[in-house]
Amino acid sequence: MENFSVFDIIGPRMTGPSSSHTAGAVRLGYIARRIIGAELDSVHFTLYGSFAETGRGHGTDKALIAGILGLLPDDPRISSANRIARESGVQIDFTFSDEPADHPNTVDIDAVDVNGKRTTVVGRSVGGGNILITEINGLDVEVTGDYPTLIIQHHDVPGVISDVSRVLAQLGVNIAYMKVFRHGRGDMDAYMCIETDNAVTPDMQAIIRRLCPDVHELMVI
Amino acid sequence: MNYDFKTGIELVKLCDAEDIKISEVMIRREMDISETAREDVIAEMRSSLHVMRESSEKGLTEKVQSVSRLSGGEAMKLYSYADAEPLSGSHTCKAAAAAMAVVEVNAAMGRIVAAPTAGASGILPGVLLETGKARNWSDDQLIEGLFCAGAVGMLFAKNATISGAAGGCQAETGVAAAISAAALVEISGGSPMQCLDAAAIAIKNIEGLVCDPVAGLVECPCIKRNAMGAANAMLSADMALCGITSLIPFDEVVVSMYNVGRDIRPEYRETSKGGLAATPTAKLIASGIKRMNGRRDD
Repeated sequence: MENFSVFDIIGPRMTGPSSSHTAGAVRLGYIARRIIGAELDSVHFTLYGSFAETGRGHGTDKALIAGILGLLPDDPRISSANRIARESGVQIDFTFSDEPADHPNTVDIDAVDVNGKRTTVVGRSVGGGNILITEINGLDVEVTGDYPTLIIQHHDVPGVISDVSRVLAQLGVNIAYMKVFRHGRGDMDAYMCIETDNAVTPDMQAIIRRLCPDVHELMVI
Repeated sequence: MNYDFKTGIELVKLCDAEDIKISEVMIRREMDISETAREDVIAEMRSSLHVMRESSEKGLTEKVQSVSRLSGGEAMKLYSYADAEPLSGSHTCKAAAAAMAVVEVNAAMGRIVAAPTAGASGILPGVLLETGKARNWSDDQLIEGLFCAGAVGMLFAKNATISGAAGGCQAETGVAAAISAAALVEISGGSPMQCLDAAAIAIKNIEGLVCDPVAGLVECPCIKRNAMGAANAMLSADMALCGITSLIPFDEVVVSMYNVGRDIRPEYRETSKGGLAATPTAKLIASGIKRMNGRRDD
Protein backbone atom coordinates (compact mmCIF):
# COMPACT_ATOMS: atom_id res chain seq x y z
CA MET A 1 0.00 0.00 0.00
CA GLU A 2 1.66 3.19 -1.13
CA ASN A 3 -1.03 5.80 -0.76
CA PHE A 4 -1.56 5.58 3.00
CA SER A 5 -4.27 7.67 4.59
CA VAL A 6 -3.47 9.25 7.96
CA PHE A 7 -6.27 7.03 9.28
CA ASP A 8 -4.36 3.89 8.25
CA ILE A 9 -1.68 4.97 10.75
CA ILE A 10 -3.84 6.55 13.47
CA GLY A 11 -6.64 3.98 13.26
CA PRO A 12 -8.71 1.99 12.76
CA ARG A 13 -10.99 2.46 15.75
CA MET A 14 -11.61 -1.13 16.75
CA THR A 15 -12.54 -3.52 19.51
CA GLY A 16 -9.44 -5.31 20.77
CA PRO A 17 -7.33 -7.14 21.39
CA SER A 18 -6.01 -8.06 17.94
CA SER A 19 -6.54 -6.62 14.48
CA SER A 20 -6.16 -10.05 12.87
CA HIS A 21 -7.73 -12.28 15.55
CA THR A 22 -10.53 -9.92 16.63
CA ALA A 23 -11.25 -7.13 14.12
CA GLY A 24 -10.61 -9.44 11.14
CA ALA A 25 -12.79 -12.14 12.72
CA VAL A 26 -15.67 -9.67 13.14
CA ARG A 27 -15.39 -8.79 9.44
CA LEU A 28 -15.33 -12.47 8.42
CA GLY A 29 -18.53 -13.06 10.37
CA TYR A 30 -20.12 -9.88 9.04
CA ILE A 31 -19.39 -10.72 5.40
CA ALA A 32 -20.61 -14.30 5.89
CA ARG A 33 -23.87 -12.81 7.18
CA ARG A 34 -24.17 -10.66 4.04
CA ILE A 35 -23.59 -13.76 1.89
CA ILE A 36 -26.25 -15.73 3.81
CA GLY A 37 -28.61 -12.79 3.40
CA ALA A 38 -31.38 -13.99 5.77
CA GLU A 39 -32.08 -14.33 9.50
CA LEU A 40 -30.05 -17.15 11.06
CA ASP A 41 -31.21 -20.31 12.73
CA SER A 42 -27.86 -21.93 13.58
CA VAL A 43 -24.16 -21.48 12.85
CA HIS A 44 -21.25 -23.85 13.32
CA PHE A 45 -17.75 -22.31 13.27
CA THR A 46 -14.63 -24.43 12.81
CA LEU A 47 -11.38 -22.62 13.66
CA TYR A 48 -7.98 -23.66 12.30
CA GLY A 49 -4.33 -22.79 12.93
CA SER A 50 -3.64 -19.78 15.11
CA PHE A 51 -7.38 -19.04 15.26
CA ALA A 52 -7.79 -22.41 17.01
CA GLU A 53 -4.62 -22.06 19.14
CA THR A 54 -5.10 -18.56 20.57
CA GLY A 55 -8.61 -17.73 19.41
CA ARG A 56 -10.25 -17.96 22.81
CA GLY A 57 -7.67 -15.63 24.40
CA HIS A 58 -8.16 -13.11 21.59
CA GLY A 59 -11.94 -13.33 21.75
CA THR A 60 -12.02 -14.67 18.17
CA ASP A 61 -15.11 -16.71 19.06
CA LYS A 62 -17.04 -13.67 20.32
CA ALA A 63 -15.79 -11.65 17.35
CA LEU A 64 -17.12 -14.19 14.82
CA ILE A 65 -20.47 -14.38 16.60
CA ALA A 66 -20.71 -10.57 16.74
CA GLY A 67 -19.94 -10.30 13.04
CA ILE A 68 -22.45 -12.92 11.97
CA LEU A 69 -25.08 -11.12 14.06
CA GLY A 70 -24.34 -7.98 12.00
CA LEU A 71 -22.00 -6.00 14.30
CA LEU A 72 -18.99 -4.13 12.87
CA PRO A 73 -15.40 -4.20 14.24
CA ASP A 74 -15.73 -0.96 16.26
CA ASP A 75 -18.94 -2.01 18.01
CA PRO A 76 -18.56 -1.89 21.82
CA ARG A 77 -21.04 -4.81 22.18
CA ILE A 78 -18.67 -7.40 20.69
CA SER A 79 -17.62 -8.69 24.12
CA SER A 80 -21.32 -9.46 24.86
CA ALA A 81 -21.82 -11.40 21.61
CA ASN A 82 -22.68 -14.68 23.36
CA ARG A 83 -25.54 -13.02 25.24
CA ILE A 84 -26.83 -11.24 22.11
CA ALA A 85 -26.84 -14.56 20.24
CA ARG A 86 -28.81 -16.24 23.05
CA GLU A 87 -31.33 -13.40 23.15
CA SER A 88 -31.86 -13.54 19.40
CA GLY A 89 -32.28 -17.32 19.53
CA VAL A 90 -29.44 -18.18 17.17
CA GLN A 91 -27.84 -21.53 17.98
CA ILE A 92 -24.04 -21.26 17.85
CA ASP A 93 -21.28 -23.80 18.37
CA PHE A 94 -17.57 -24.13 17.76
CA THR A 95 -14.96 -26.69 16.83
CA PHE A 96 -11.32 -25.82 17.54
CA SER A 97 -9.55 -28.00 14.98
CA ASP A 98 -6.00 -29.40 15.06
CA GLU A 99 -6.16 -30.12 11.31
CA PRO A 100 -3.74 -28.13 9.13
CA ALA A 101 -5.14 -25.28 7.02
CA ASP A 102 -3.80 -23.28 4.05
CA HIS A 103 -3.57 -20.15 6.17
CA PRO A 104 -2.97 -19.86 9.95
CA ASN A 105 -6.07 -17.76 10.62
CA THR A 106 -8.80 -19.74 8.87
CA VAL A 107 -12.46 -20.23 9.77
CA ASP A 108 -15.04 -22.51 8.24
CA ILE A 109 -18.61 -21.20 8.68
CA ASP A 110 -21.57 -23.55 8.23
CA ALA A 111 -24.88 -21.73 8.65
CA VAL A 112 -28.56 -22.58 8.31
CA ASP A 113 -31.03 -19.71 7.93
CA VAL A 114 -34.60 -19.56 9.27
CA ASN A 115 -35.89 -20.89 5.93
CA GLY A 116 -33.72 -24.00 6.32
CA LYS A 117 -31.26 -22.98 3.59
CA ARG A 118 -27.66 -23.99 4.28
CA THR A 119 -24.67 -21.80 3.34
CA THR A 120 -20.99 -22.58 3.84
CA VAL A 121 -18.28 -19.93 3.81
CA VAL A 122 -14.52 -20.34 4.30
CA GLY A 123 -12.39 -17.28 5.02
CA ARG A 124 -9.11 -16.14 6.47
CA SER A 125 -7.90 -13.12 8.38
CA VAL A 126 -4.83 -11.90 6.51
CA GLY A 127 -3.54 -9.18 8.88
CA GLY A 128 -4.34 -5.64 9.98
CA GLY A 129 -8.05 -6.44 10.08
CA ASN A 130 -8.12 -7.38 6.40
CA ILE A 131 -9.80 -10.60 5.30
CA LEU A 132 -10.25 -12.88 2.32
CA ILE A 133 -13.26 -15.11 1.68
CA THR A 134 -11.87 -18.13 -0.20
CA GLU A 135 -14.87 -20.41 -0.59
CA ILE A 136 -18.65 -20.05 -0.80
CA ASN A 137 -20.78 -23.22 -0.92
CA GLY A 138 -17.77 -25.31 -1.89
CA LEU A 139 -16.69 -23.06 -4.75
CA ASP A 140 -13.33 -21.23 -4.73
CA VAL A 141 -13.72 -17.42 -4.72
CA GLU A 142 -11.66 -14.39 -3.72
CA VAL A 143 -13.66 -11.74 -1.89
CA THR A 144 -11.92 -9.08 0.22
CA GLY A 145 -14.99 -7.10 1.27
CA ASP A 146 -13.04 -3.88 0.62
CA TYR A 147 -15.38 -2.98 -2.25
CA PRO A 148 -19.07 -3.57 -2.96
CA THR A 149 -19.00 -7.11 -4.35
CA LEU A 150 -21.38 -8.87 -6.71
CA ILE A 151 -21.31 -12.64 -6.73
CA ILE A 152 -23.15 -14.08 -9.70
CA GLN A 153 -23.94 -17.72 -10.33
CA HIS A 154 -24.47 -18.28 -14.04
CA HIS A 155 -24.56 -20.77 -16.88
CA ASP A 156 -21.08 -21.14 -18.45
CA VAL A 157 -21.96 -20.01 -22.01
CA PRO A 158 -20.35 -17.47 -24.37
CA GLY A 159 -21.54 -13.88 -23.86
CA VAL A 160 -22.74 -14.03 -20.27
CA ILE A 161 -19.71 -12.12 -18.95
CA SER A 162 -20.06 -9.41 -21.56
CA ASP A 163 -23.83 -9.21 -20.87
CA VAL A 164 -23.22 -8.56 -17.20
CA SER A 165 -20.39 -6.08 -17.74
CA ARG A 166 -22.40 -4.22 -20.41
CA VAL A 167 -25.41 -3.87 -18.10
CA LEU A 168 -23.15 -2.67 -15.27
CA ALA A 169 -21.59 -0.10 -17.63
CA GLN A 170 -25.03 1.14 -18.67
CA LEU A 171 -25.94 1.49 -14.99
CA GLY A 172 -22.81 3.61 -14.47
CA VAL A 173 -21.17 1.01 -12.21
CA ASN A 174 -17.38 0.82 -12.63
CA ILE A 175 -15.73 -2.59 -12.23
CA ALA A 176 -12.63 -2.47 -10.03
CA TYR A 177 -11.72 -6.21 -10.04
CA MET A 178 -13.36 -9.22 -11.65
CA LYS A 179 -12.74 -12.96 -11.53
CA VAL A 180 -14.61 -15.94 -13.00
CA PHE A 181 -14.68 -19.48 -11.60
CA ARG A 182 -16.15 -22.80 -12.76
CA HIS A 183 -15.96 -26.50 -11.99
CA GLY A 184 -15.76 -27.46 -15.69
CA ARG A 185 -16.67 -26.42 -19.24
CA GLY A 186 -20.37 -25.63 -19.85
CA ASP A 187 -21.01 -25.72 -16.10
CA MET A 188 -24.56 -24.81 -15.01
CA ASP A 189 -23.21 -23.06 -11.92
CA ALA A 190 -20.14 -21.10 -12.87
CA TYR A 191 -19.48 -17.99 -10.78
CA MET A 192 -18.38 -14.40 -11.38
CA CYS A 193 -17.03 -12.32 -8.56
CA ILE A 194 -17.10 -8.60 -9.39
CA GLU A 195 -15.78 -5.88 -7.10
CA THR A 196 -17.11 -2.43 -8.00
CA ASP A 197 -16.39 1.19 -7.15
CA ASN A 198 -20.10 1.99 -6.76
CA ALA A 199 -22.81 0.28 -4.75
CA VAL A 200 -25.11 -2.05 -6.72
CA THR A 201 -28.62 -1.18 -5.52
CA PRO A 202 -31.57 -3.63 -5.39
CA ASP A 203 -33.05 -1.88 -8.47
CA MET A 204 -29.83 -2.47 -10.38
CA GLN A 205 -29.79 -6.11 -9.29
CA ALA A 206 -33.30 -6.56 -10.68
CA ILE A 207 -32.21 -5.04 -14.01
CA ILE A 208 -29.21 -7.40 -14.23
CA ARG A 209 -31.49 -10.39 -13.59
CA ARG A 210 -33.95 -9.22 -16.26
CA LEU A 211 -31.37 -8.43 -18.96
CA CYS A 212 -28.99 -11.34 -18.39
CA PRO A 213 -30.98 -14.59 -18.82
CA ASP A 214 -28.01 -16.87 -18.11
CA VAL A 215 -27.60 -15.42 -14.63
CA HIS A 216 -29.19 -17.86 -12.13
CA GLU A 217 -28.43 -16.22 -8.83
CA LEU A 218 -27.00 -12.92 -7.74
CA MET A 219 -25.91 -11.68 -4.37
CA VAL A 220 -24.37 -8.43 -3.22
CA ILE A 221 -21.94 -8.19 -0.32
CA MET B 1 0.67 22.34 -4.38
CA ASN B 2 1.36 18.63 -3.88
CA TYR B 3 1.64 17.69 -0.21
CA ASP B 4 2.76 14.11 -0.70
CA PHE B 5 6.13 13.08 0.73
CA LYS B 6 8.18 9.91 0.94
CA THR B 7 11.01 10.84 3.32
CA GLY B 8 11.56 12.94 6.42
CA ILE B 9 13.68 15.37 4.41
CA GLU B 10 10.85 15.88 1.89
CA LEU B 11 8.41 16.44 4.76
CA VAL B 12 10.62 19.10 6.38
CA LYS B 13 11.05 20.82 2.98
CA LEU B 14 7.26 20.96 2.54
CA CYS B 15 6.96 22.52 6.02
CA ASP B 16 9.72 25.05 5.36
CA ALA B 17 8.39 26.03 1.91
CA GLU B 18 5.17 27.40 3.38
CA ASP B 19 6.24 27.85 6.99
CA ILE B 20 3.70 25.30 8.22
CA LYS B 21 3.79 22.51 10.80
CA ILE B 22 4.00 18.78 10.05
CA SER B 23 0.37 18.39 11.12
CA GLU B 24 -0.72 21.00 8.58
CA VAL B 25 1.08 19.19 5.74
CA MET B 26 -0.64 15.97 6.77
CA ILE B 27 -4.09 17.58 6.96
CA ARG B 28 -3.70 19.11 3.49
CA ARG B 29 -2.37 15.83 2.07
CA GLU B 30 -5.35 13.94 3.51
CA MET B 31 -7.79 16.48 2.01
CA ASP B 32 -6.13 15.93 -1.38
CA ILE B 33 -6.00 12.14 -1.45
CA SER B 34 -9.45 11.57 0.05
CA GLU B 35 -11.07 14.53 -1.73
CA THR B 36 -12.61 15.50 1.59
CA ALA B 37 -13.26 18.92 3.15
CA ARG B 38 -10.92 20.10 5.90
CA GLU B 39 -13.63 20.05 8.59
CA ASP B 40 -14.51 16.42 7.76
CA VAL B 41 -10.87 15.29 7.96
CA ILE B 42 -10.55 17.04 11.34
CA ALA B 43 -13.89 15.62 12.55
CA GLU B 44 -12.74 12.08 11.74
CA MET B 45 -9.61 12.57 13.85
CA ARG B 46 -11.71 14.13 16.62
CA SER B 47 -13.75 10.89 16.75
CA SER B 48 -10.52 8.95 17.22
CA LEU B 49 -9.40 11.33 19.98
CA HIS B 50 -12.72 10.68 21.76
CA VAL B 51 -12.23 6.90 21.57
CA MET B 52 -8.63 7.33 22.83
CA ARG B 53 -9.85 9.35 25.82
CA GLU B 54 -12.69 6.92 26.52
CA SER B 55 -10.35 3.90 26.52
CA SER B 56 -7.72 5.55 28.70
CA GLU B 57 -10.31 6.76 31.25
CA LYS B 58 -11.95 3.35 31.32
CA GLY B 59 -8.67 1.61 32.10
CA LEU B 60 -7.78 4.18 34.78
CA THR B 61 -11.12 4.11 36.59
CA GLU B 62 -12.60 0.62 36.13
CA LYS B 63 -11.11 -2.68 37.12
CA VAL B 64 -10.86 -4.20 33.65
CA GLN B 65 -9.86 -7.82 33.16
CA SER B 66 -8.61 -9.44 29.96
CA VAL B 67 -10.38 -12.37 28.30
CA SER B 68 -7.47 -14.64 29.30
CA ARG B 69 -7.59 -13.22 32.86
CA LEU B 70 -3.84 -12.58 32.62
CA SER B 71 -4.02 -8.79 32.82
CA GLY B 72 -5.99 -5.80 34.03
CA GLY B 73 -6.01 -3.35 36.91
CA GLU B 74 -2.31 -2.53 36.91
CA ALA B 75 -2.74 0.80 35.12
CA MET B 76 -4.99 1.98 37.97
CA LYS B 77 -2.37 0.93 40.48
CA LEU B 78 0.41 2.89 38.77
CA TYR B 79 -1.79 5.94 38.23
CA SER B 80 -2.71 6.33 41.88
CA TYR B 81 0.90 5.68 42.92
CA ALA B 82 1.99 8.47 40.56
CA ASP B 83 0.84 11.13 43.03
CA ALA B 84 3.31 9.95 45.68
CA GLU B 85 6.51 11.43 44.19
CA PRO B 86 7.50 8.41 42.09
CA LEU B 87 11.13 7.97 41.05
CA SER B 88 10.31 8.49 37.37
CA GLY B 89 8.40 11.73 38.05
CA SER B 90 4.67 12.14 38.53
CA HIS B 91 3.85 13.24 35.00
CA THR B 92 5.85 10.50 33.24
CA CYS B 93 4.41 7.93 35.60
CA LYS B 94 0.86 9.07 34.81
CA ALA B 95 1.50 9.01 31.06
CA ALA B 96 2.88 5.48 31.38
CA ALA B 97 -0.15 4.42 33.44
CA ALA B 98 -2.56 5.92 30.89
CA ALA B 99 -0.72 4.06 28.12
CA MET B 100 -1.09 0.79 30.04
CA ALA B 101 -4.77 1.57 30.65
CA VAL B 102 -5.56 1.64 26.92
CA VAL B 103 -3.84 -1.68 26.23
CA GLU B 104 -5.53 -3.29 29.25
CA VAL B 105 -8.87 -2.15 27.82
CA ASN B 106 -7.81 -3.56 24.43
CA ALA B 107 -7.04 -6.94 26.04
CA ALA B 108 -10.46 -6.85 27.72
CA MET B 109 -12.17 -6.50 24.31
CA GLY B 110 -12.77 -2.80 24.78
CA ARG B 111 -12.69 -0.22 21.99
CA ILE B 112 -9.38 1.46 21.13
CA VAL B 113 -7.67 3.28 18.28
CA ALA B 114 -4.77 1.38 16.69
CA ALA B 115 -1.79 3.77 16.82
CA PRO B 116 -0.19 2.44 14.74
CA THR B 117 -1.31 -1.04 15.90
CA ALA B 118 -3.61 -2.41 18.59
CA GLY B 119 -0.68 -3.81 20.58
CA ALA B 120 0.96 -0.37 20.69
CA SER B 121 -2.29 1.58 21.01
CA GLY B 122 -1.56 3.01 24.48
CA ILE B 123 1.52 5.15 23.96
CA LEU B 124 0.12 7.97 21.81
CA PRO B 125 -3.06 8.57 23.86
CA GLY B 126 -1.13 8.04 27.11
CA VAL B 127 1.45 10.77 26.52
CA LEU B 128 -0.83 13.22 24.68
CA LEU B 129 -3.79 13.07 27.05
CA GLU B 130 -1.74 13.20 30.26
CA THR B 131 0.60 15.94 29.01
CA GLY B 132 -2.47 17.76 27.71
CA LYS B 133 -4.00 17.68 31.20
CA ALA B 134 -0.79 18.95 32.80
CA ARG B 135 -0.30 21.75 30.27
CA ASN B 136 -3.91 22.64 29.49
CA TRP B 137 -3.69 21.68 25.82
CA SER B 138 -6.97 22.02 23.93
CA ASP B 139 -8.54 19.19 21.93
CA ASP B 140 -7.65 21.12 18.76
CA GLN B 141 -3.99 21.03 19.79
CA LEU B 142 -4.19 17.32 20.57
CA ILE B 143 -5.79 16.67 17.17
CA GLU B 144 -2.90 18.50 15.50
CA GLY B 145 -0.56 16.27 17.48
CA LEU B 146 -2.36 13.20 16.11
CA PHE B 147 -1.93 14.43 12.52
CA CYS B 148 1.78 15.05 13.18
CA ALA B 149 2.07 11.53 14.63
CA GLY B 150 0.26 10.16 11.57
CA ALA B 151 2.72 11.87 9.23
CA VAL B 152 5.77 10.48 11.01
CA GLY B 153 4.11 7.06 11.30
CA MET B 154 3.52 7.05 7.57
CA LEU B 155 7.26 7.53 7.00
CA PHE B 156 7.84 4.30 8.95
CA ALA B 157 5.04 2.51 7.08
CA LYS B 158 6.44 3.58 3.70
CA ASN B 159 10.16 3.11 4.33
CA ALA B 160 10.21 0.39 6.99
CA THR B 161 7.32 -1.47 8.64
CA ILE B 162 4.76 -0.98 11.39
CA SER B 163 4.05 -4.70 11.85
CA GLY B 164 5.50 -6.79 14.66
CA ALA B 165 5.28 -9.88 12.47
CA ALA B 166 7.51 -8.16 9.91
CA GLY B 167 9.86 -6.10 12.11
CA GLY B 168 9.49 -7.06 15.78
CA CYS B 169 8.27 -4.90 18.67
CA GLN B 170 10.51 -2.01 17.57
CA ALA B 171 8.05 -1.62 14.66
CA GLU B 172 5.07 -1.42 17.02
CA THR B 173 5.83 0.10 20.44
CA GLY B 174 9.03 1.61 19.00
CA VAL B 175 7.22 3.40 16.19
CA ALA B 176 4.41 4.38 18.57
CA ALA B 177 6.97 6.00 20.91
CA ALA B 178 8.66 7.75 17.98
CA ILE B 179 5.45 9.26 16.58
CA SER B 180 4.33 10.24 20.09
CA ALA B 181 7.64 12.01 20.71
CA ALA B 182 7.20 13.92 17.44
CA ALA B 183 3.65 14.94 18.40
CA LEU B 184 4.78 16.14 21.85
CA VAL B 185 7.52 18.25 20.25
CA GLU B 186 5.18 19.84 17.71
CA ILE B 187 2.51 20.77 20.27
CA SER B 188 5.25 22.11 22.57
CA GLY B 189 6.37 24.50 19.83
CA GLY B 190 9.35 22.61 18.43
CA SER B 191 10.36 22.79 14.76
CA PRO B 192 9.59 20.05 12.20
CA MET B 193 13.24 19.00 12.29
CA GLN B 194 13.08 18.74 16.09
CA CYS B 195 10.01 16.49 15.70
CA LEU B 196 12.03 14.13 13.49
CA ASP B 197 15.01 14.27 15.87
CA ALA B 198 12.75 13.23 18.74
CA ALA B 199 11.35 10.35 16.65
CA ALA B 200 14.85 9.23 15.63
CA ILE B 201 16.08 9.28 19.24
CA ALA B 202 13.07 7.24 20.43
CA ILE B 203 13.69 4.52 17.82
CA LYS B 204 17.41 4.40 18.51
CA ASN B 205 16.61 3.77 22.19
CA ILE B 206 14.84 0.50 21.42
CA GLU B 207 16.23 -0.57 18.05
CA GLY B 208 16.11 -4.35 17.78
CA LEU B 209 13.34 -4.91 20.34
CA VAL B 210 11.75 -8.30 19.60
CA CYS B 211 8.07 -9.27 19.56
CA ASP B 212 7.63 -12.28 21.86
CA PRO B 213 4.08 -12.25 23.25
CA VAL B 214 3.29 -14.87 25.87
CA ALA B 215 0.70 -17.35 24.54
CA GLY B 216 0.37 -15.19 21.42
CA LEU B 217 -1.76 -12.69 23.35
CA VAL B 218 -1.44 -8.89 23.22
CA GLU B 219 -0.81 -8.68 26.98
CA CYS B 220 2.60 -9.76 28.26
CA PRO B 221 5.00 -8.03 27.66
CA CYS B 222 2.96 -5.65 25.45
CA ILE B 223 1.15 -3.75 28.22
CA LYS B 224 4.29 -2.87 30.17
CA ARG B 225 6.16 -2.11 26.95
CA ASN B 226 3.53 0.54 26.26
CA ALA B 227 4.39 2.09 29.63
CA MET B 228 8.06 2.03 28.69
CA GLY B 229 7.22 3.45 25.25
CA ALA B 230 5.43 6.38 26.90
CA ALA B 231 8.47 7.15 29.06
CA ASN B 232 10.72 6.80 25.98
CA ALA B 233 8.53 9.28 24.08
CA MET B 234 8.59 11.85 26.90
CA LEU B 235 12.35 11.71 27.37
CA SER B 236 13.08 11.74 23.61
CA ALA B 237 10.79 14.78 23.19
CA ASP B 238 12.57 16.59 26.03
CA MET B 239 15.95 15.84 24.49
CA ALA B 240 14.88 17.26 21.13
CA LEU B 241 13.24 20.31 22.71
CA CYS B 242 16.38 21.21 24.66
CA GLY B 243 18.34 21.20 21.42
CA ILE B 244 19.89 17.73 21.37
CA THR B 245 19.92 16.36 17.82
CA SER B 246 20.16 12.83 16.46
CA LEU B 247 23.66 12.20 15.10
CA ILE B 248 22.15 9.72 12.62
CA PRO B 249 19.48 11.55 10.55
CA PHE B 250 15.86 10.39 10.90
CA ASP B 251 15.60 8.85 7.40
CA GLU B 252 18.71 6.76 7.98
CA VAL B 253 17.43 5.61 11.38
CA VAL B 254 14.21 4.42 9.70
CA VAL B 255 16.15 2.35 7.16
CA SER B 256 18.44 0.90 9.84
CA MET B 257 15.44 -0.10 11.94
CA TYR B 258 13.94 -1.83 8.90
CA ASN B 259 17.17 -3.71 8.18
CA VAL B 260 17.44 -4.83 11.79
CA GLY B 261 13.79 -5.94 11.68
CA ARG B 262 14.46 -8.12 8.65
CA ASP B 263 17.39 -9.73 10.43
CA ILE B 264 15.33 -10.61 13.50
CA ARG B 265 14.69 -14.35 13.33
CA PRO B 266 11.03 -15.42 12.83
CA GLU B 267 10.92 -16.84 16.38
CA TYR B 268 11.08 -13.25 17.62
CA ARG B 269 8.50 -11.76 15.26
CA GLU B 270 5.07 -12.35 16.80
CA THR B 271 5.18 -16.14 16.36
CA SER B 272 5.51 -16.72 20.12
CA LYS B 273 8.20 -19.32 19.51
CA GLY B 274 11.10 -17.48 21.14
CA GLY B 275 12.10 -15.02 23.83
CA LEU B 276 9.68 -14.52 26.72
CA ALA B 277 7.08 -16.66 24.93
CA ALA B 278 9.42 -19.67 25.05
CA THR B 279 10.00 -19.56 28.82
CA PRO B 280 8.64 -22.41 31.00
CA THR B 281 6.09 -20.07 32.61
CA ALA B 282 4.86 -18.82 29.22
CA LYS B 283 4.45 -22.40 27.97
CA LEU B 284 2.37 -23.25 31.02
CA ILE B 285 0.16 -20.21 30.42
CA ALA B 286 -0.22 -21.09 26.72
CA SER B 287 -1.45 -24.61 27.51
CA GLY B 288 -3.97 -23.11 29.97
CA ILE B 289 -5.30 -20.77 27.25
CA LYS B 290 -5.75 -23.70 24.89
CA ARG B 291 -7.82 -25.51 27.53
CA MET B 292 -10.19 -22.50 27.61
CA ASN B 293 -11.42 -23.55 24.15
CA GLY B 294 -14.13 -25.83 25.48
CA ARG B 295 -15.73 -23.11 27.59
CA ARG B 296 -18.19 -20.40 26.68
CA ASP B 297 -18.72 -17.44 28.97
CA ASP B 298 -19.73 -13.80 28.80
